[in-house]
Amino acid sequence: MSRFRSLAPWAAAMAALMAASSARAEGMDQAISDIVGPIVNPIVSTIFYSVPVAGTQFPLIVGWLIIAAVIFTLYFGFVQFRLFGHAIRLVKGDYTDPKDEGEVSHFQALATALSGTVGLGNIAGVAVAVSLGGPGATFWMILAGLLGMASKFCECTLGVKYRNVNADGSISGGPMYYLSKGFAENGKAGLGKILAIFFAICAIGGSIGGGNMFQANQSYQQAVNVTGGDASFLVGYGWLFGLVMAAIVGMVIIGGIKSIARVTEKLVPMMAVIYVIAALIILGFNFSAIPAAFGAIIEGAFAPVAVGGGIVGVLIQGFKRAAFSNEAGIGSAAIAHSAVKTSQPATEGIVALLEPFIDTVVICTMTALVIVITGAYQVEGLGGVQLTSYAFETAFPWFPYVLALAVLMFAFSTMLSWSYYGLKAWTYLFGESKGSEIVYKLIFLAFVVIGSSMSLGPVIDFSDAMIFAMSIANIIGLYYLMPVVKRELAQYMAKLKSGEIAPVDKEAKRQNA
Amino acid sequence: MTTSLIVGLDGTPGGDSAIAYAKRVASLVGAETRIILCYVVEWSPYSFNTPEENAQRASRRENEIKLARERVLAPAISELEKEGYQVEGRVRHGDAAEILSLLAREVNAEQIIVGRKGESVRSRIFGSVTAHLIQEASVPVTIVP
Repeated sequence: MSRFRSLAPWAAAMAALMAASSARAEGMDQAISDIVGPIVNPIVSTIFYSVPVAGTQFPLIVGWLIIAAVIFTLYFGFVQFRLFGHAIRLVKGDYTDPKDEGEVSHFQALATALSGTVGLGNIAGVAVAVSLGGPGATFWMILAGLLGMASKFCECTLGVKYRNVNADGSISGGPMYYLSKGFAENGKAGLGKILAIFFAICAIGGSIGGGNMFQANQSYQQAVNVTGGDASFLVGYGWLFGLVMAAIVGMVIIGGIKSIARVTEKLVPMMAVIYVIAALIILGFNFSAIPAAFGAIIEGAFAPVAVGGGIVGVLIQGFKRAAFSNEAGIGSAAIAHSAVKTSQPATEGIVALLEPFIDTVVICTMTALVIVITGAYQVEGLGGVQLTSYAFETAFPWFPYVLALAVLMFAFSTMLSWSYYGLKAWTYLFGESKGSEIVYKLIFLAFVVIGSSMSLGPVIDFSDAMIFAMSIANIIGLYYLMPVVKRELAQYMAKLKSGEIAPVDKEAKRQNA
Repeated sequence: MTTSLIVGLDGTPGGDSAIAYAKRVASLVGAETRIILCYVVEWSPYSFNTPEENAQRASRRENEIKLARERVLAPAISELEKEGYQVEGRVRHGDAAEILSLLAREVNAEQIIVGRKGESVRSRIFGSVTAHLIQEASVPVTIVP
């Protein structure tokens, strides 16, 4: 998920051109912007309350996420390193009982959660970090990604432990459920309920903002970009683009047209793989430049030159991007992971710690390395997805087209994922009924249109704000419930050690079945 | 000692000819023959799903098993029983070739009998279930045209 702030000047230029080329359509887009802008701005400034640190504005909410990640890392004894190998074995299915065939596997839960987080943040957000913070931002981004693995471990274990199995056999899980049930277990039902409701409201906001409007907005910008930029026939028709997009999303989430969702779910991982392979090839081409690039990254991380705010400035850029991209501590992943079939909640937590690793430590780092190694970050006037596009273009002239398609697919799959997260929060508040589901889905679709019509600034700010607000309630809950997670992990590890839980020998298990 | 014959079913006419052949083998072998009908729902633990599909997976699975039992296995079983054969049915999720060959090992089966399927684009590219089965199986495989 994420956002390319440095596109703002470009978007402004775009807006000016829109006005010139199509006054009527522009009027429509502008009208929507004018109505929504004043409502979202106060929310944004509250969530992103920043304090100046060493000459740079440091949003407290980023500190909130990073401190939590450090605490979880220490509290769980560096679980992300200790159990990394075990996580891979779980995903491979080494511990999966053959009787569970046909249920949601660890692999499927992880892949689904990943398709919600791998997205624009990995392509565009990283470019923003490197262009603003220099190569050194990469180092801090990787560090934040590694720390975030512990947050994911904690929230996803809880997501499975406190999930609900509904009357129809479907599963609902996520922070709403562990906040309310977990606190109630300790006689604090009231507080748990308040946190759960707060989280659910923010999750609905986040699903509409970062999970929807931002994605719609970026898809539109990208569509304009590849169809001729300023001369594109789409200029000024954001609302129309939004309507088409809303129709396609609506076909999936209301019409239940599975084939569209299925195609996306298959294309997205393929895109991610193509992206990483292309990055690796570029790194291979520039093999001799790799040591120098690493030098620049390390030097930039600890002794940055010409970056506002010195080390702290670089650190903030890196931390911010990692947090934006992998959503560790936000609580969204706990919703996606909770459907897995397992009797041990800790197993899904362990699997989930791979998520920030793949998202941030692998994919984001690839983007950063390509940008650093090709020297693209030194080119003036490039930022966001354009910077990434330029860096890849130096090796593969056709890559911008692939990237444009990737942006569209990522945006679409992120919207589908978040429409589900928002729906779960909505049904938590308003009950699980077909009627209330439809209301939410229609609201969601309306915001697809609004998102692609609005100018970039308010959209990005609002989307960031709502998603980050989710972490306020979620992390309070994680602190309170982390002893539960520790117990779950301890009893699971004890069973592993005693051999009660052992890798499944498929043949032997079936013999006894 | 009971001789076990496994018949792979997928709800297509191929299954009927496989059952017909299993009956013939059973009558040749004699009374102590057990026919095991196995319906395999194609499924892989490594597919990519939407969050909604995942949330509903458990109930879908129940439903798939129920449907397979009601529509495919139950009619076949009652018919075979009427004719005096010893028969049982199973529903499994997974890769058909893998499931059938594992089942064969599990019940110590004499052979696996499947119907031949038409060639599809998919089978031309990835190889058909029957071709995989021949590669994987630890017991003789009979393919009924």
